[in-house]
Amino acid sequence: MYLYSLTLQRATGAVCAVIGSFSGRDSKKSSASGSSSSSSSTQEIAVARGTTLELLRPDPETGRLRTLLSVDVFGAIRSLAQFRLTGATKDYLVVGSDSGRLVILEYSPDRNRLDKVHQETFGKSGCRRIVPGQLLAVDPKGRALCIAALEKQKLVYVLNRDAAARLTISSPLEAHKSNTLTFSLTALDCGFDNPVFAAIELEYAESDRDPTGQAAEQAQKHLTFYELDLGLNHVSRKASEPIDNGANLLVTVPGGGDGPSGLLVCCDNFVLYRNQGHPEVRAVIPRRADLPAERGVLIVAAATHRQKSLFFFLLQTEYGDIFKVDLEHSNDTVTELRIKYFDTIPVTSAICVLRSGFLFAASEFGNHALYQFRDIGRDVDVESSSATLMETDEGFQPVFFQPRALKNLYRIDEIESLMPIMDMRVANLFDEETPQVFTACGRGPRSTLRILRPGLAISEMARSMLPAEPIAVWTVKKNINDMFDAYIVVSFANVTLVLSIGETIEEVSDSQFLDTTHSLAVSLLGEDSLMQVHPNGIRHIREDGRVNEWRTPGKKTITKVGSNRLQVVIALSGGELIYFEMDMTGQLMEVEKQDMSGDVACLAIAPVPEGRQRSRFLAVGSYDNTIRILSLDPDDCLQPLSVQSVSSAPESLMFLEVQASVGGEDGADHPANLFLNAGLQNGVLFRTNVDMVTGQLSDTRSRFLGLRPPKLFPCIVSHRQAMLCLSSRPWLGYIHQGHFLLTPLSCDTLESAVSFSSDQCSEGVVAVAGDALRIFTIERLGETFNETAIPLRYTPRKFVILPKKKYLAVIESDKGALSAEEREAAKKECLEAAGVTENGNANNGDQMENGDGQEDGAEDRNTLPDEQYGYPKAESERWVSCIRILDPKSRDTTCLLELQDNEAAVSICTVNFHDKEHGTLLAVGTAKGLQFWPKRNLSAGFIHIYKFVDEGRSLELLHKTQVEEVPLALCQFQGRLLAGVGSVLRLYDLGKRKLLRKCENKLFPRTIVSIHTYRDRIYVGDMQESFHYCKYRRDENQLYIFADDSVPRWLTAANHIDFDTMAGADKFGNIYFARLPQDLSDEIEEDPTGGKIKWEQGKLNGAPNKVEEIVQFHVGDVVTCLQKASLIPGGGECLIYGTVMGSVGALLAFTSREDVDFFSHLEMHLRQEHPPLCGRDHMAYRSAYFPVKDVIDGDLCEQFPSLPADMQRKIADELDRTPGEILKKLEDIRNKII
Amino acid sequence: MQASDRFNINSQLEHLQAKYVGTGHADLNRFEWALNIQRDSYASYIGHYPVLAYFAIAENESIGRERYNFMQKMLLPCGLPPERDED
Repeated sequence: MYLYSLTLQRATGAVCAVIGSFSGRDSKKSSASGSSSSSSSTQEIAVARGTTLELLRPDPETGRLRTLLSVDVFGAIRSLAQFRLTGATKDYLVVGSDSGRLVILEYSPDRNRLDKVHQETFGKSGCRRIVPGQLLAVDPKGRALCIAALEKQKLVYVLNRDAAARLTISSPLEAHKSNTLTFSLTALDCGFDNPVFAAIELEYAESDRDPTGQAAEQAQKHLTFYELDLGLNHVSRKASEPIDNGANLLVTVPGGGDGPSGLLVCCDNFVLYRNQGHPEVRAVIPRRADLPAERGVLIVAAATHRQKSLFFFLLQTEYGDIFKVDLEHSNDTVTELRIKYFDTIPVTSAICVLRSGFLFAASEFGNHALYQFRDIGRDVDVESSSATLMETDEGFQPVFFQPRALKNLYRIDEIESLMPIMDMRVANLFDEETPQVFTACGRGPRSTLRILRPGLAISEMARSMLPAEPIAVWTVKKNINDMFDAYIVVSFANVTLVLSIGETIEEVSDSQFLDTTHSLAVSLLGEDSLMQVHPNGIRHIREDGRVNEWRTPGKKTITKVGSNRLQVVIALSGGELIYFEMDMTGQLMEVEKQDMSGDVACLAIAPVPEGRQRSRFLAVGSYDNTIRILSLDPDDCLQPLSVQSVSSAPESLMFLEVQASVGGEDGADHPANLFLNAGLQNGVLFRTNVDMVTGQLSDTRSRFLGLRPPKLFPCIVSHRQAMLCLSSRPWLGYIHQGHFLLTPLSCDTLESAVSFSSDQCSEGVVAVAGDALRIFTIERLGETFNETAIPLRYTPRKFVILPKKKYLAVIESDKGALSAEEREAAKKECLEAAGVTENGNANNGDQMENGDGQEDGAEDRNTLPDEQYGYPKAESERWVSCIRILDPKSRDTTCLLELQDNEAAVSICTVNFHDKEHGTLLAVGTAKGLQFWPKRNLSAGFIHIYKFVDEGRSLELLHKTQVEEVPLALCQFQGRLLAGVGSVLRLYDLGKRKLLRKCENKLFPRTIVSIHTYRDRIYVGDMQESFHYCKYRRDENQLYIFADDSVPRWLTAANHIDFDTMAGADKFGNIYFARLPQDLSDEIEEDPTGGKIKWEQGKLNGAPNKVEEIVQFHVGDVVTCLQKASLIPGGGECLIYGTVMGSVGALLAFTSREDVDFFSHLEMHLRQEHPPLCGRDHMAYRSAYFPVKDVIDGDLCEQFPSLPADMQRKIADELDRTPGEILKKLEDIRNKII
Repeated sequence: MQASDRFNINSQLEHLQAKYVGTGHADLNRFEWALNIQRDSYASYIGHYPVLAYFAIAENESIGRERYNFMQKMLLPCGLPPERDED
């Protein structure tokens, strides 16, 4: 079996993010004022999303984040830093990854790509303890950088520039120290003195040797300063000072004239200011009032904001609260450190403050957000200061605060993130054309169930009802230079309706359009005249109001029209073509006639090329399944240039011109191209390249779009020509980052559509469907899926689909949180407490309620959404959990059972017991008082059996059965319930008051985490030991393990593929297939008595037979769910997976040996010619834990179109193909998956 | 040191042990072995962000806290060292 792996949705979580002017471009375009200082350059955000590197840019006008570039680097990015050489205007990006190499990247905005400037190898690849890559610091003046490992190694590189102003990098200088852990690393801002790096270090050598534990107790963290002497080219360990043992993070304090220099040291509960030879300045981090006393407060993300005369720090705690830290200083002496509560936003992995007044928050779980500053925390708020620090016998006096609504920040945009995907199902519950992907995402109060649909989302702006069912719609401008459209023209079966676009859209009658007949085409002609084509003639409306009418000869009527700005071709009934052209005076003149042999099915004229008088190509589709290209040149007018036969009669034709591009921010380098698109009657979209000179057709591609013949309409998407294809569902064909993409839109069938531009909506689409006129915009271009989110209460663990009613049953549980009632009570208490303190000035409060302050006040106290603030923390051994029945269609929760007594739901399945008394039941496995440290421990496990009441909308507990371990896996088997209880596989039958044990097998090594069944085989997944294949013998009532895997696998997801094969994923990010060899399988099936299996013994406690791992692939991300499904109607099944980082991918089995050869060669060439960006060897990465086997990496293959043209040709030559054929192959295989 | 000494197995091993932390030797005891395994594991968890996130979900802690906890555990991952017999 050979598989093609393709990531459908790239990882959406964020590992780290940095901000910089990577494009080095001035923002003068956007801000007219354009101050001369360097602060006018635009800033971009570089975000590492696991294995992809993304560059985002906030648009200051719309306040939305736009993705400039997203590159798969085939390696784990662990740290990012940005630097600028003195005097330069452009930032470089430094990447610390698992490649054992330091990579410096430069963004080239002209070609929209990241270029590797330097790649310095320093160690082995992989995320190792002593190989640098985890920690990265750059001197603020861009003179040196330091890359460090968690232990021992630190390497310093000197950065400089050569005569040609290119960046140079020195050989590394070592600053190693053995037996020392590094917690954090940063560079000091010391102006133009020698660069200094600081690290929090902890030495462990002593504690490893001291059996009394005294050394370990006394182990002291040190703040160590490393100075790079630029003159001597040498790094010295300059000073090492003891520091608070809770220190975890260092933040650079501006220096060199802008500030006192030095460091902020973030510790558990404290923030300290430190510098060499400066006394420590300490302040406590305010605590949430409801935080249990044993919990500390740790800073997890930090950002610095610098203006000319001002700087401050924003530090975010692990609970999401942001504090603003100010330093009071005179010269280089810091006298006071103040920590003031700023705002609370969901916990982030990185926060970035932009100069344009935005704050980018890369959430660790759930959606990322862009905030705008309303204020910089100048108001009075809870504040802790080094000046008021109180030390008591029990330590320092804490400062308390209560989170409140956002005051300083205002959220303006959100970027969707699926991280983490906990469970996933692909099913067509909504009876749509394509199945939906249901994903349970998020954590805690930000959990959601997201319904993903392949395609682009639309957001509807208006919908109005029309008197009848229209057949077509157009928009026209009055003048070619107008920004916006003037009219919407709607044609019905025998009338035409004209709507004028202004503040509102209303019907007009003074437009000179003929409204007593239906229209075939309406468009702008020349500079400023309008044209309406109706069955009996062409109506040409001049700008001054004169109307020229051309009438059809005799009884003939016009059947089809094709036109561009200067040329019109009509087809009369009977198959006569008449060609008109606009002359210099703006008159429409008949030029040529031609009789075609039969009726014309459709017509299209290519758009007029820039600077030309006319376009040369006319495409005519006929009912004899051909498309002809005719010339429109005066010397061979209407003479055929080429003919293409197609599989079915064409219904609609359209030329799509792709302008030449030399790259730029949203495009790749490609020459101008003209594509002819045809919608055929069998529902296929046919696309072919038209030679711009000869009109020859080449490189044809076709794709099935839907059950109706696609009708093609031009539209504008991000300022460029695009195409709408309306079949049984609408599709959009557009260019995104240099690739032509054909993507479905998530909306119902449309009759006719056209682009629309008005004051309110610069790039919309107006469409008719049924008797409605709809105006919508298309959002988030380039995305594979669009999503609808349904909020959940706790972290979803698993869910099942209840097939009869198409409901979902979800189990959610959270550790260390208070139950719903306790939360309510706490909230109430907190409200009361707030009321009491307010009582001092009760009158004031009343006034507020009446006045305009009411909203703020109410917001402050009542509606603190948990999504923003998180649940209050409880002791870590407390659990909350619930079971939910959800109707995904109406998005209603029909039943929500909150579990009591510290019980947490861990597994769920539906089960039909064979006595059929109750029908389908729901089994839920729970654990009470579950603890992970120091060893897994619980007070009891239960299996709850629920029956459905109220037509499946609600649950009623039938009974619950206590078990001795955590029941992590449940599955129905032959009218009974199979449960994996700890390491025991047990078969239960339904009793009156509890489940009845029927049979069990205790021979599993660790903990059973998955059970799949097929016929009489049971496939059991063990937490650490991969798959075990079992058989149940009914006559003997015994369970046997007859085969297992020889590789220890920490299983995180499993799926049944076929009788002998299971697919699994392990904790380290590998996907593998385990298969029982055919001969073994036959032997086992042919053993009727089962005696052989029963008495056969394996070696070393293993099973007698071993499965083979036939597929290996390193995904680089923890796969949490696997499912075999097909995402397109009639498509082959592939294995779909979801990961912790929120990516969705697919593995498709190849059907022909030829394809395997082709793609493996393509992959091989790409590995050689186009090594991954961050320096990790592609083959080594995909083989990080096990050698990659029989999987071709589609993500690498899909980088082929982004290669330079000569490289593409070179690879294509080696494969004996043309680059076009390779692109077609890539497109074809992608279309088989989605 | 003679030229041949540089290539004999012992000096090579010594070189490896100095360069790569965790390289074993003949007299390695169970505790030392476990120490290296544990520290390598924690370093790997911290290095692989998805794995860290996976732990964070299980424990319902923030990823930053989880990373800090793992770093702290690298100090004494296997408890106190055993009493050494004076030989």
